[in-house]
Amino acid sequence: MNYLIGIFKSALIDFGKNKGRTFLTSLGILIGVLSVVLLMAAGVGLKEYIKQQFESLGTNLLYVMPGNIFGSGGSFSSAGGIAPLFDEKDIQNLKRVGGAKLVAPISRKSGQLTSEGKTEVVTMYTTSNDFFTATNMTIGFGNLFSESDNTGMNRVAVLGPKLAETIFGEAGLAVGKNVRFEGQSFRVVGVTAPKGGGGLGGPDFDTFIYIPFKTGYIFNPDKKFLEVIVEADSENDLATLKTSLSTQLLKRYKSDQFSVVESTDILNTISSIFNIMNVVLVAIAGISLLVGGIGILNIMYVTVTERIKEIGIRRALGARSGDILWQFMAEAVVLSVFGGAMGLGLAALIVYFIHPIFPAYITLGSIALSLGTSSLIGIVFGVFPAKKASDLSPIDAIRYE
Amino acid sequence: MTPSIISLRKVSKIYNMGGDVIFTALKSLDLDIHEGEYAAIVGPSGSGKSTLMHIIGLLDKPSGGEVVINGKDISKLNDDQTSTLRSEFVGFVFQQFNLINKLTIKENILLPIQYARKKLDFDPDQRADYLMERFGIISKKDSFPNKISGGQQQRVAIARALIMKPKLILADEPTGNLDTKTGEEIMTLLEELNKKDNITILLVTHEPDIAERTGRQIRIKDGEVVK
Repeated sequence: MNYLIGIFKSALIDFGKNKGRTFLTSLGILIGVLSVVLLMAAGVGLKEYIKQQFESLGTNLLYVMPGNIFGSGGSFSSAGGIAPLFDEKDIQNLKRVGGAKLVAPISRKSGQLTSEGKTEVVTMYTTSNDFFTATNMTIGFGNLFSESDNTGMNRVAVLGPKLAETIFGEAGLAVGKNVRFEGQSFRVVGVTAPKGGGGLGGPDFDTFIYIPFKTGYIFNPDKKFLEVIVEADSENDLATLKTSLSTQLLKRYKSDQFSVVESTDILNTISSIFNIMNVVLVAIAGISLLVGGIGILNIMYVTVTERIKEIGIRRALGARSGDILWQFMAEAVVLSVFGGAMGLGLAALIVYFIHPIFPAYITLGSIALSLGTSSLIGIVFGVFPAKKASDLSPIDAIRYE
Repeated sequence: MTPSIISLRKVSKIYNMGGDVIFTALKSLDLDIHEGEYAAIVGPSGSGKSTLMHIIGLLDKPSGGEVVINGKDISKLNDDQTSTLRSEFVGFVFQQFNLINKLTIKENILLPIQYARKKLDFDPDQRADYLMERFGIISKKDSFPNKISGGQQQRVAIARALIMKPKLILADEPTGNLDTKTGEEIMTLLEELNKKDNITILLVTHEPDIAERTGRQIRIKDGEVVK
């Protein structure tokens, strides 16, 4: 134990004398560990973020979608071939299924929204007012459209607060105003309360315009919906409800024409995609660790050459070739662990500062991985110069000038 | 006469200089050094005296012949055993002092302890303090070698050579880098170690005055003992 302490102490003393070089040598490992740890933290954060997004929509929701979305492998299949499928009859049928509390059809349309001389490209949701309840959206100003607005096919719209703010300057000012979407005029009856979210390709419900689905038939002459959201009576009944909904839909469609999915199904699929992406990114970042290791290899060779005389002196004082080997190995390991620890520290600092806006965090696994990898790099890349040092014959070393 | 602690029989050392050129540093050399002796190996440069010292100090191996150090035939020792014998039996003093500049005086003196494999019968820290006190360098214990005088550096080197309580001190031109007065002091110190501490001292020198001060002069010429 004292022996090891002695070895590491003399390695540290040596670095103390060569601070600049030590830092520069460790820099490669620092950058490598920094990028690996940050990417891992970002991967974890991204999954967490998506999970939060789904949870904010409500966890007792089922999504009825056209096509066989989840292939046998659990991944998206034939995603390109999905066309709106469901109609009002399906909505009626699904509402009758036991355990289904709310059923809301959805169609989406992108288009230009004009008002007060401003034009925005926006996404329109045509749906029922149950959609707002099911996805935990509340009203901020004015009112949500009503069921009678729907049956009456009234030209009314609800705006997301961000959209309302962009067009009218202040969200509250939108109520009562008229907007034109793709040549059709709508009266704004309400603005929803901010929900947050969006970014990273996820839906930002605060930027959408919502109209009753029957009013929406002006854009949707086939009267078909892309998606139906079903809220279960309780979260525990999701599986049962899923089966009941499928049974109901099988009366009209073949099993590969539709899918009933839980948010966790979607979450798992997205997670598995991100996992693969993350592994690839981390592997690429790992290359910089390799480069850092080569930097250590390089500088350790230089160090050995510079210190041949010292090696000779140590041998004369009784050091075995193994002692010399361990001394230089220890220096390589200290160098790379030092770099690794600094990289980890810097990564922790960065994660700490971005945490308020993005839920990235450093897992215990990535700490262990980064410190483990950097000591491994020290060992792997330290062994060759250390072997060179320990193989020097004492007489050649001490006579070296 | 006390038993010999160093015994060389027909020892030769031949260097292959590349190609067909060979250089014979030692040829069939016989030598015995007895416990408690104070001897000087003298000879012109290139006579093979340094080679002889390196072989006795276990830093180099002979090309032929038998070397017995402290009762051990060194041809039968592997690298680790040779290192152990070096650590426990020999203390080196060099012409260029050979201190490690990034270590303090005390750390330099304690360096051999790091490589000791046997259980020590003394406290290294106390022994280092005692040696520094005895050699008048205690006030420099936290200084670095390049901040002290040559004479002081050589005292540090001698203290380092003594820390493991060796039976033998090998001194290679110990006064070679010192002025006459300082060299004189170092010689006095070595004499004292031989007489009071009964340490066997073998020194290599090309200066006749220095050699005269020891009890026995071993003259080497062309790789052989001439007297």
